[in-house]
Amino acid sequence: MTTMTLLQAVNSGLKDIMQDDDRVVVFGEDVGINGGVFRATEGLTKQYGEERCFDTPLAESGIIGVAVGMALYGMRPVPEIQFADFIFPAFDQIVSEAAKMRYRSGGEFTCPMVIRTPYGGGIRGGHYHSQSPEAYFCHTPGLKVVVPSTPYDAKGLLISSIRDEDPVLFLEPKRIYRSTKQDVPEGVYEVPLGKARIARAGKDVTIVTFGAMVSICEKAAEDAAAKGMDVEIVDLRTLLPLDEEAILTSVAKTGRLVVVQEAPRFCSFGGEISAIVAEKAIEYLQAPILRVAGFDTPFPYSLEHVYMPDAKRVLAAVERAVHF
Amino acid sequence: MTPMSPMSPMSEDLLCVLEPKSAKGKGAKVALPKGLDQAKVQRMYRLMVQTRQLDDRAMKLQRQGRIGFYVPSIGQEACAVGSAFALSDKDWCYPSYREPGAALAVGVSIQAMIHQLYGNAEDVTKGRQMPVHYAFRKQRYVSVSSPIGTQIVQAVGTSMAQRIRKEKAISITYFGDGATSSNDFHTGMNFAAVYKAPTIFLCSNNQWAISCPLGQQTASDSIAIKAKAYGMPGVRVDGNDVLAVWQATNEARARALAGEGPTLIEALTFRIGPHSSSDDPSRYRPNEQLETWQKKDPIERLKKFMKQAGMWSEAFEKEVVESAIDEVNAAVKHAETVPLPASSTLFTDVYATMPPHLAEQQERLLALEKAQGGAEIDKNAAFPL
Repeated sequence: MTTMTLLQAVNSGLKDIMQDDDRVVVFGEDVGINGGVFRATEGLTKQYGEERCFDTPLAESGIIGVAVGMALYGMRPVPEIQFADFIFPAFDQIVSEAAKMRYRSGGEFTCPMVIRTPYGGGIRGGHYHSQSPEAYFCHTPGLKVVVPSTPYDAKGLLISSIRDEDPVLFLEPKRIYRSTKQDVPEGVYEVPLGKARIARAGKDVTIVTFGAMVSICEKAAEDAAAKGMDVEIVDLRTLLPLDEEAILTSVAKTGRLVVVQEAPRFCSFGGEISAIVAEKAIEYLQAPILRVAGFDTPFPYSLEHVYMPDAKRVLAAVERAVHF
Repeated sequence: MTPMSPMSPMSEDLLCVLEPKSAKGKGAKVALPKGLDQAKVQRMYRLMVQTRQLDDRAMKLQRQGRIGFYVPSIGQEACAVGSAFALSDKDWCYPSYREPGAALAVGVSIQAMIHQLYGNAEDVTKGRQMPVHYAFRKQRYVSVSSPIGTQIVQAVGTSMAQRIRKEKAISITYFGDGATSSNDFHTGMNFAAVYKAPTIFLCSNNQWAISCPLGQQTASDSIAIKAKAYGMPGVRVDGNDVLAVWQATNEARARALAGEGPTLIEALTFRIGPHSSSDDPSRYRPNEQLETWQKKDPIERLKKFMKQAGMWSEAFEKEVVESAIDEVNAAVKHAETVPLPASSTLFTDVYATMPPHLAEQQERLLALEKAQGGAEIDKNAAFPL
């Protein structure tokens, strides 16, 4: 065990899986000698050489298109998109190519690859360095979408994603890259995809969330506890495929649901969680399903702290649910 | 907006083997390119005839309402056959939707292709895509995509992997003149040149992207000239001369295997037919242009060459044409006896392992079908593009 930040855990996961599996290649903008702008790929080129970890021309669609061709051939590409906000030039290669390859070819060709990208706000990055684009990708059959919230999960989920037979979008919550530390095992280990985690057990309200919002919700849960409300937090870890069972089990216990996300509310992932619970667990609900989300505006710069859901907004929703 | 500079595609720099400029005098002997012999030339001839027969029949099947859609490659057979014939059984092929000849050349059966046109239960792609969107793992013939150019950059990825793995193999990617306007063309060319990837970019310049002529796509003097800016050789060949296409591809392949990187080949040809079974080129294309190019038919030109070289006889012609027709007929006959894939297959191959939400949807659909009968096909649905 070593105490690591989430960023160090990602780096450790890449180092260990590259040792374990020589099909794994890492590439993207500035990931080579510079080790990535966040340093997630630090030391990989030195340890494994320029054929296993290398810089690319500055073209996201090319990075992902090339990764598709490598995956079809039999490699395990792990391309990095420097910020999730830059992923849209590669949207076509992700949703129409990587995600559809297995289905459209009747299983003749498959496209196992992991697209790593830092997402989310709270780093004073403005519109082009702060967005949470998960909803676009969760609407894509054939793709898996994974979001860790702790160092231990980051490494284990990354290794599971790289070993998975399908393409995975691995969204890294950059706001908490360096903010918390946790004991992380040396060597490869897996945290299974498609399984949520109960980040905090409680009996009055369920909060379903993921990524950087988990710690915000934990803070809100502390504040709620001081007011006598017992909050359970479901950290999804994988958004697609979703662990419906974990959500429904928790809601059956608490009878109240608050969904928390950074992304804008309209047509968002939180909307899907709400619909599933409304369809499958309405008999347990004692209050309306509530969503705490980014506003339906572009991501701002100066007023980032107003835009982002914080513990106060989450607490307000918890109180509304409990006192309905 | 009118194109700035309509290109004159018939410039003098085309590589031509069937009627080389040096052999224009009377009685001049034409030599076969090194690496080809009579059997190989005859094989290429057969592949082009098979392609033509498949196209011809498939267009009729579409007109009769027996298949939903088709994309003919009539007039362009030499581009696909000549290039794919130069490949080894380790090379990868990233086709567009207009290279059935390449599929045949790398060993795909006519039956397998016709099953795909019907999208039936024996189609290896399980009826997942429209006709001509083939995928054949065994032949490394990668799944065809409709959006233009997406395969170009993927072929480069495979080539980069071939280089990393030090495999003696290359990738070839096919596209038309329209695709040279796409983002993936630029990106693919750039990545391949930067990494010296063993990729062959084969542009079948058929001079039309549905209704838009070449000058609407580019103001360059040619497609091949674009290679220079990326830092790779660009070669122009007579795309209706199967031997020239073979020679250019063979040379590009040798360069790639020698670690010298990618090549762009512009094969100048013409789309004799419509863009697809839904298109009517008389709306936009001058008839004189069509007539000029009909005189350059790649099959007729090779036949003429073979006659002169003593590689052709009436009996050979009869056997080649009749066996192609028979094979296509038998494949159609069989394909029409095969049912559509079962409803349950709707949910397989989305992921390697079916996740719970898909299993639930599958279970509900099958229960509904059992209770109420299956969904009905809308016989009025017709594809417009």
